[in-house]
Amino acid sequence: MSRMTMIQSIRSAMDTSMARDESVVVFGEDVGYFGGVFRCTEGLQKKYGSHRCFDSPINESGIIGSAIGMAAYGLRPCVEIQFADYVFPGFDQLSQEASRIRYRSNNDFTAPMVVRMPTGGGIFGGQTHSQSPEAIFAHVSGLKTVIPSNPYDAKGLLAASIEDNDPVMFLEPKRLYNGPFDGHHDRPITPWSKHELGEVPDEYYTVPLGKAATRREGEAVTVLAYGTMVYVAEAAVEETGIDAEIIDLRTILPLDIEAIEASVKKTGRCVIVHEATKTCGFGAELMALVMEGCFYHLEAPVIRVTGYDMPYPHAHEWEYFPGPKRVGAALKKVMEA
Amino acid sequence: MSEPKAADPKPLSLHVPEPEFRPGDKPDFSNVPIPKAGAARKPPIDVDAQDIHDLAYTIIRVMDREGNAVGPWAGELNDDEVKQGLEDMLRVRAFDARMQKAQRQGKTSFYMQALGEEAIACAFSKVLRSGDMNFPTYRQQGLLLSADYPMVDMMNQIYSNKADPLKGRQLPIMYSSKQHGFFTISGNLATQFIQGVGWAMGSAISGDDKIAASWIGDGSTAESDFHAAMVFASTYRAPAILNVVNNQWAISTFQGIARGKAATFASRGLGFGIPALRVDGNDYLAVYAVAKWAADRARAGLGPTLIEYVTYRAGAHSTSDDPSAYRPKTEFDAWPLGDPVERLKEYLIKRGTWSEARHVQANEMLEAQIAEANREAVKNGTLHDGPHASAKTMFEDVYEEMPLHIVRQRQEAGV
Repeated sequence: MSRMTMIQSIRSAMDTSMARDESVVVFGEDVGYFGGVFRCTEGLQKKYGSHRCFDSPINESGIIGSAIGMAAYGLRPCVEIQFADYVFPGFDQLSQEASRIRYRSNNDFTAPMVVRMPTGGGIFGGQTHSQSPEAIFAHVSGLKTVIPSNPYDAKGLLAASIEDNDPVMFLEPKRLYNGPFDGHHDRPITPWSKHELGEVPDEYYTVPLGKAATRREGEAVTVLAYGTMVYVAEAAVEETGIDAEIIDLRTILPLDIEAIEASVKKTGRCVIVHEATKTCGFGAELMALVMEGCFYHLEAPVIRVTGYDMPYPHAHEWEYFPGPKRVGAALKKVMEA
Repeated sequence: MSEPKAADPKPLSLHVPEPEFRPGDKPDFSNVPIPKAGAARKPPIDVDAQDIHDLAYTIIRVMDREGNAVGPWAGELNDDEVKQGLEDMLRVRAFDARMQKAQRQGKTSFYMQALGEEAIACAFSKVLRSGDMNFPTYRQQGLLLSADYPMVDMMNQIYSNKADPLKGRQLPIMYSSKQHGFFTISGNLATQFIQGVGWAMGSAISGDDKIAASWIGDGSTAESDFHAAMVFASTYRAPAILNVVNNQWAISTFQGIARGKAATFASRGLGFGIPALRVDGNDYLAVYAVAKWAADRARAGLGPTLIEYVTYRAGAHSTSDDPSAYRPKTEFDAWPLGDPVERLKEYLIKRGTWSEARHVQANEMLEAQIAEANREAVKNGTLHDGPHASAKTMFEDVYEEMPLHIVRQRQEAGV
């Protein structure tokens, strides 16, 4: 066991995966010698050689397209897109190729690969370093989409993603890299060393894809969240004193529909929180599922708390970010209904 | 400060290239320079791209107009191999004609012929070894038809019937066969050009001896993925052959829209330091020799080669296309590089190992085999009449394990 940041645990997932499986290769912009702009791949080139961890040209379609070819050859590429905002030149390769190769070839070819990318705001990254595109991936059948919220899960989920035989989008909430963040940007940063989920085994382990985690048990209302919003929800619950059940989805596709249904049927209320824009965000899918599966158990309309429908603004970061105040207001509203 | 005086007061205008001939025009290619067969030099495989710029601008040709094989690229194949090549091309042509007819009869939705460009895939298939991988476009059926892939399986897929190896999930002709070195065809253009490079990188990473071949058309070289493939292939010296089939037409758009008249498609390789060869795509012997040179380079760890095959799409783009709406009907007849089947036939006749009678006989035999395969395939069903794979299979293989949301959708569908 070691105390790790999310950066260290993500690195440890790649390190232990590369050590046990020679077919795992890591590449992307700046990931080789330098170790990535967030340092997630630091030391891997030195340890495993430049044929297994290397820099790529600045071409996301090339990174993802070549990874598809490598995966079809028999390797397990785990590639880094420097920011989720930059993935879109590779979207054709994801939505039309990686996601369909198994299906269209009737299992003759597959694309076991992971596309890692830092996601979300809270670091004054402006509109090109802050986006949360998870719903766009979840809309593509054939892709899996994972969003961890802590170092322990990040390592286990990334190792499971690398082991998985389907293409996995692995979104790393960059504001969580160095510590849990509850949206109180004016308070001192809590490091992972002070959080129980910063305790990470050094050896290889996996956390299964498609299983949600209950971060707080409660009876009054279910909060569905993932990534950074898990801590925002925790802060809001603490500040309002409402006995909420907080579910960290961890994987949005495949989704732990049964865990969601069980919780909402129990509490009869539901608040959905995500940082991405609201319209057609993943919260819309969650709300639809709750309506389909739990309508007769609901005591109040379901509420979404999300980023607003506009590009992520630079100066107004904290007015835009769905912080504990907005989540707390939603909790109160859903309880009053 | 005085304003600099404009040299030319004319307003700017946009240059939109136009093909030389449109419907009703009499096509005349006499102004297109066709280099003499045998004139292009053959460099050693470890040559630097910068030392063979000329080969990206010429047309490497082996067969002259009299049916002789001449020059440094000649002499790669013996008579039996060439006869096999001719038979392969005849098979593709006859298969295409039969399947085109089947589409017209309503047995399937769609078909695409390779008419006029059969030499490229048929000759290329002979330079790859078992375990190598093609990343083809939709007009390389010759790769499968000149290998031992069963024609019945191809037809089962074209008919999307109950024996379709892809369970009716893909369009007709978008084949997939790992065993035959044929990567699942996408249908989205250019995406596979970079995937082939990635596959080749995988082979190199693994210390393997396998090579990959990526395929693209003249029009699709305009896609960003062409650039992605070139930069990755060049950077990592991927053991890949980058094939550009320049058949002059991207549906109704002539090849000038993908490049202007500025340069050849082959010359695109030079900016990446990739050796680039431009070859007569209707010359089976030249295609084989050039492809072999590129395969030898890749296997020797010398990296990628870009090849432009100059050919002509003699048929429609697909069964949904009518080329008489945008080009003269007689353009293929006037095409200066001729018909690949006729040219190879003349070569073999000149060699004394073939005759018009044997040619007719070979064609009849192939047509009989194709008719027999078609009878077998039709027994398994056709697109509109069925039977198809069970509708239950539609829900399978989206993922390795079916997730709950798809399980529920299948239950809802009641299959």
